[in-house]
Amino acid sequence: MSDSLLLPHGRVLRYSFHERLMHWLAALSYIYLLLTGLAFWTPWLFWIAVVLGGATISRELHPWVGVIFMVAVFWMYRAWAAQMRATERDREWWRALPHYIRNEDEEVPAEERFNAGQKSLFWGFFWCGIVLLLSGLVLWFPHWIPWSLRWLRLISVILHPVAALVTIALFMIHVYMGTAVERGAFGSVIRGDVSRKWAARYHRAWYEQVVRDSAAKE
Amino acid sequence: MSQANLEIRRISGHAGPVPGAGVKREYEVAKLVDTTTCIGCKACEVACLEWNGLSFSDTTFQNSYQTMPETAWNYWNLIKFDEHERDDGGGMMLLMRKDQCMHCEEPGCLEACPADGAIVQYANGIVDFQQDHCIGCGYCISGCPFNVPKFSPDSRKVFKCTLCSDRVSEGLEPACIKACPTGCLHFGTKDEMKELGETRAQQLREHSGFANAGVYDPAGVGGTHVLYVLHDATNPEAYGGLPKDPQIPWTVKLWKHPLKWLGNLAMAGGLVGLCVHYLRYGPKTVEPDQEIPKQGEQP
Repeated sequence: MSDSLLLPHGRVLRYSFHERLMHWLAALSYIYLLLTGLAFWTPWLFWIAVVLGGATISRELHPWVGVIFMVAVFWMYRAWAAQMRATERDREWWRALPHYIRNEDEEVPAEERFNAGQKSLFWGFFWCGIVLLLSGLVLWFPHWIPWSLRWLRLISVILHPVAALVTIALFMIHVYMGTAVERGAFGSVIRGDVSRKWAARYHRAWYEQVVRDSAAKE
Repeated sequence: MSQANLEIRRISGHAGPVPGAGVKREYEVAKLVDTTTCIGCKACEVACLEWNGLSFSDTTFQNSYQTMPETAWNYWNLIKFDEHERDDGGGMMLLMRKDQCMHCEEPGCLEACPADGAIVQYANGIVDFQQDHCIGCGYCISGCPFNVPKFSPDSRKVFKCTLCSDRVSEGLEPACIKACPTGCLHFGTKDEMKELGETRAQQLREHSGFANAGVYDPAGVGGTHVLYVLHDATNPEAYGGLPKDPQIPWTVKLWKHPLKWLGNLAMAGGLVGLCVHYLRYGPKTVEPDQEIPKQGEQP
């Protein structure tokens, strides 16, 4: 990176424009997929499809939006996969998870740019996305599957909702953490920056690296 | 067989109870297809197209009498021809089975369908697709153990045999039944048809040397409202791949029953859990030791 991530007024650049763009492409397409998917999941939520323009339109658009979502997922893979690799530090983080949950963050080891939980979210979405894509392609064109290959349809009808349920669990935790618990995180994925205090509090290892890199450039 | 029999018993993708179920006296109807007296004339195929206003499709030549390999969205009734060598050295038999929707008592298509009211089962046992409610997802294709529902690329809806529910509601027999010249097709209440089929099967066993003759009414889907008399009921596969023990696919059952309830429970439980976590632990704070200014004090 040519420029320092340290910004004026005690701010630190956490997410570049390109990272924010791909995050929101994934987020908005996922929310549409979630809502229309839930409508097809149970009759009790079928009204969602009615609100979103009718179930026929939802059925038409759901696969196309799925393609957009997967483009965003593969984009994020290119941008983030290297930073999402498991490290020694992650094992300590998992051991400290009960402290993290109870907001006893002084007991949690210094976190990198992404902590072990965020890495799990990333890989969970990535692998579930692959399963959803493959099973979704079958469900998109069920009439193209010949009778002799009907096992493809039969595994897809079960794999698609199972993978979707895993992503729903990840999504709920992610949104809860990003909006309600870690105040400032939601702003960082919109405006891109966080306060130095925020960076030092949640991602100390990353923040110290940013400071070191910045000092080295001067 | 009056319109009372178009009372609905089951509705696909429907939240809440079925309106009107169990109110009136219900006759269950059935079609009986006696494959032993079918001559393969295809009058039933033509009658089906005529009555339902379907256009004649191109036929494909497969070196047999077969009109086309399988039913299509605009071709709901097809005789399957199979050359079968008899085990007892009695020579070759041409097996002919009229293939169409079986109108299962427990329909896999309806089970798999997410669209409210796109598939209904009438009190008389007919399973009918309501294309105006169909969303074209094709889950019914996956749910059916008989390869019946077919997707129309033009309208993006799924179609199949209606058992001529429009004719039945007016007290008429289905069009295929009316057209059959040999009397191998019968229509009546399920009990009557079952009895007639068993009588015919007994006749075949006792007088025609078909020791395994029997009626096809598969229990795996709760019985069907289309019954077959087969020369050899132990080998239904020989009749154009009629499944021996058809079931709603286990993945469809798993998806629609335990997974659905577990998933709903997990999602609701997750939401409650997050709310409880917030009430108990609240947000993580960046400046834990920052003092909140007291009232009246200048910050």
